[in-house]
Amino acid sequence: MGISIWSQILQYLVTGVSIGSIYGMVAIGFNIIYNATGIINFAQGEFVMLGGMIMVTLTAAFGAPVIVAFFLTVAIVALIGGLFERLAIYPLKNAGVLSLIIVTIGGSIVLKGVAMFVWGKESYALPHFSSEEPIPILGASILPQTLWILGAMLLTVVLLTLFFRFTLIGRAMRACSSNRTAAYLVGIDARQMVCLSFILSAAIGAVAGIIITPIALVDYNRGFLLALKGFSAAVLGGLGNSAGAVIAGFLIGILESLGAGLVSSGYKDAIALIVLLVILFVRPSGILGDKEALKHRSF
Amino acid sequence: MNDLLELTKVTRRFGGLTAVQSVDLRVRQGQIKAVIGPNGAGKTTLFNLISCVLPVSAGLIQFQGNALNRLKAYAAAALGISRTFQTAAIFHNMSILENVMLGRHMRSRRGLFRVAIKTPGARREEKAIREDALQWLHFMGVNDRFDSLPGELPFVIHRKIEIARALATEPKLLLLDEPAAGLDIRETEELAACIQKIRDQGITILIIEHDMSLVMDISDEVCVLNYGAKIAEGAPRDVQRNEEVIEAYLGKEH
Amino acid sequence: MIVFILLFCAFPFLVGVKSYWITVFIFAGIYSLITIGLSLLMGYAGQISLGHAAFFGMGAYTSGLLTTLLNWNPWLALLAALLLTSSAALLIGIPTLRLSGHYLAMATLALGEILVIFFKAEVELTGGPSGFGLIPRLSIFGFVLKRDIEFYFFVWSIVALALVMAMNVIHSRVGRALRSIHGGELAANAMGINTSSYKVQVFVLSAALASLSGSLYAHYVTFVSPTACELKLSVFLVVMVAIGGMHHLWGAIVGTILLTVLPEFLHVFQDFDILAYGLILMIIMIFAPNGLVGALAALIQRLRRRFLAVDSQRRGVI
Ligand SMILES: Nc1ncnc2c1ncn2[C@@H]1O[C@H](COP(=O)(O)OP(=O)(O)OP(=O)(O)O)[C@@H](O)[C@H]1O
Ligand SMILES: [Mg+2]
Repeated sequence: MGISIWSQILQYLVTGVSIGSIYGMVAIGFNIIYNATGIINFAQGEFVMLGGMIMVTLTAAFGAPVIVAFFLTVAIVALIGGLFERLAIYPLKNAGVLSLIIVTIGGSIVLKGVAMFVWGKESYALPHFSSEEPIPILGASILPQTLWILGAMLLTVVLLTLFFRFTLIGRAMRACSSNRTAAYLVGIDARQMVCLSFILSAAIGAVAGIIITPIALVDYNRGFLLALKGFSAAVLGGLGNSAGAVIAGFLIGILESLGAGLVSSGYKDAIALIVLLVILFVRPSGILGDKEALKHRSF
Repeated sequence: MNDLLELTKVTRRFGGLTAVQSVDLRVRQGQIKAVIGPNGAGKTTLFNLISCVLPVSAGLIQFQGNALNRLKAYAAAALGISRTFQTAAIFHNMSILENVMLGRHMRSRRGLFRVAIKTPGARREEKAIREDALQWLHFMGVNDRFDSLPGELPFVIHRKIEIARALATEPKLLLLDEPAAGLDIRETEELAACIQKIRDQGITILIIEHDMSLVMDISDEVCVLNYGAKIAEGAPRDVQRNEEVIEAYLGKEH
Repeated sequence: MIVFILLFCAFPFLVGVKSYWITVFIFAGIYSLITIGLSLLMGYAGQISLGHAAFFGMGAYTSGLLTTLLNWNPWLALLAALLLTSSAALLIGIPTLRLSGHYLAMATLALGEILVIFFKAEVELTGGPSGFGLIPRLSIFGFVLKRDIEFYFFVWSIVALALVMAMNVIHSRVGRALRSIHGGELAANAMGINTSSYKVQVFVLSAALASLSGSLYAHYVTFVSPTACELKLSVFLVVMVAIGGMHHLWGAIVGTILLTVLPEFLHVFQDFDILAYGLILMIIMIFAPNGLVGALAALIQRLRRRFLAVDSQRRGVI
């Protein structure tokens, strides 16, 4: 046996971090919409799935270069997110939370159905962005795609932070989430901000879908489990707190890959969910958030 | 005379804002006490603290000698504190009668299982609830349209239903938050008579009101809040002449 | 109610006692048991659960396993399943119902998924993804419910019973307390109603009904597998309640029958029925947020009012 237990664990950590980045991004997507509207968008996972699917189609079927296809995919999914808000959320106006949840569930069913209609039930793969040659470190090996994933995730977080801190629209969105009436009084249209939050959240979902597809296949049914795990990360990090979401995403990814490798792979998918249940029981405000932080969230 | 309700240095903060600041207040058994003050003075917040809808930030609230701190609102109601809300909190998904029957909830006890299979006891209890509710509606002068939804009825009826519902819980202390808001002169007079009738039933009343003539007419004692702090307390006539109170209401230059 | 009973007694003789429709309606009955509970939970107490397939699965697997592996009496197994499921629901409900609706939705969703993963992974116990069979049929006083038509009447009598009980609850102090949660929790609390306790109670009740439904399913189909209690079912159950109208118990029945019968007509679309469900759900939520029965009730009320107005006008003229 050439491989020591430590390098094996290191390998699991690497895998965990890359999948965890995706959970973190899905969690951020949840947070953006939650902060703007107070609802959990059950169609969040479908945005990720669509990102992967559209990217595959653009590159494989139309032969678009990766860069072009990337931005085009993000734009298309963002558009779908915006349309989703206009067609499903906007008409509900003063509906209660319950109706809003049900409508987003309906939306997720529709998006899934459309995806099955367009792409069928097969799984699709995407070539890696750069070489597929693993880079050895300390006995473990890292796929270059993992670095792409980490890079894309960090870039997304940085861009989002800048957006919410320094742009007018970003600040307006934050104002809306902390006090809607006051925001309205200074001339911010909360409804536009809600739409924007769906667009933004869909775009982030798309990015996550694109960067994960090279190492994990995509099919029409993939969104739901990703959404559930992403939600676990969002809750673990404190709902609404996106710095927490990133860290929680890593944690869950690592736990999952360690658990699958060292304990039992049959229960791999259950790990994130058990984490979710445990947190809801013992500390529903998350590890990083406390109740006050929920009110003073940044994005 | 003994104190039914006693507040000691009660404070409530919302973030940086102190809505109620170190307020001491005593309400004696059987009196009608008014709480007045300009908009945003913290009157409603004070009611929310007494009825345990909100927890206090500091201080002590005692009801019949029991500390209320950390109690849930429904537990405070069980002790005998009932209230109405500034914006009449009527349930629009229930008929008028059902709204008042809800007030009897606390004084009845058949659980989920018994009501599901309608045991004779549950049937009897439901009948009693209905009769008690009807009685309180009559007491408040609502004599018909028991089965209509509140949405279809004039506002004054909403006020009456809400008070009837609060009375149906058999409170010892009744908190009324601006009960005359939105009523015309005749309706206000009717309300004043009602409030006195309630007191005659042995129920102590704490009332927030902007209508000064109503306050002067019915209350035994008045407490004035401004910016969360108590600035005056005493008999209505004395308070009316108090410099600080006049200043609070009219500004320095009056 | 009487119309309902007559309709359901007449139905088998209209379509034929051996008709395939009897089977379809048995499933509608089995699912109706769950949606009645969900209607209480969603429409009256305003809480959403996306995990009722899990409680259904718990009922089905517990009944199935106890009767096949340990040769328990089916009725005893049914009771054990009921107890197990209710305890699980209580355990989940107490912490999550303190939080807002989303958490409950997600917690129940997670529970359901974990359970399905468990059923799939424990191959030795549960037969894994392919499930297990040879579950005995139910018998009443030694009379085995073998034919579909017998089971049809059995299931729908239980549904009728559950419906009557649910209606009793709604028109009682407990029902008013539940409705007050939906109307405004703050004021309800100030009236002395311990709303969190009632939320948990309804949640447990609805889980128990789902467990009962699962047990009946196991004894009818005589076979259970994880596909029977996947997330898809949870979502469909919520869709059924929402489409029928969650503020009416009848809405649950109407929605359930509709969504159980509809696939029989959507066979032409094969797998794409899911798209149809999603669209129907969204359209209903946007244009008739109170569901079909809610819309119908509103219509009747409006017609009646117009009729009364015309009536009083006429009297005025005279
Ligand atoms: N839940 C809350 N969160 C934050 N601030 C609050 C809350 N409730 C009240 N406040 C603030 O506390 C202050 C006192 O409010 P309160 O409603 O008690 O005043 P009030 O005396 O009842 O006024 P009014 O006569 O207008 O009813 C106000 O500045 C209000 O904005
Ligand atoms: Mg007030």
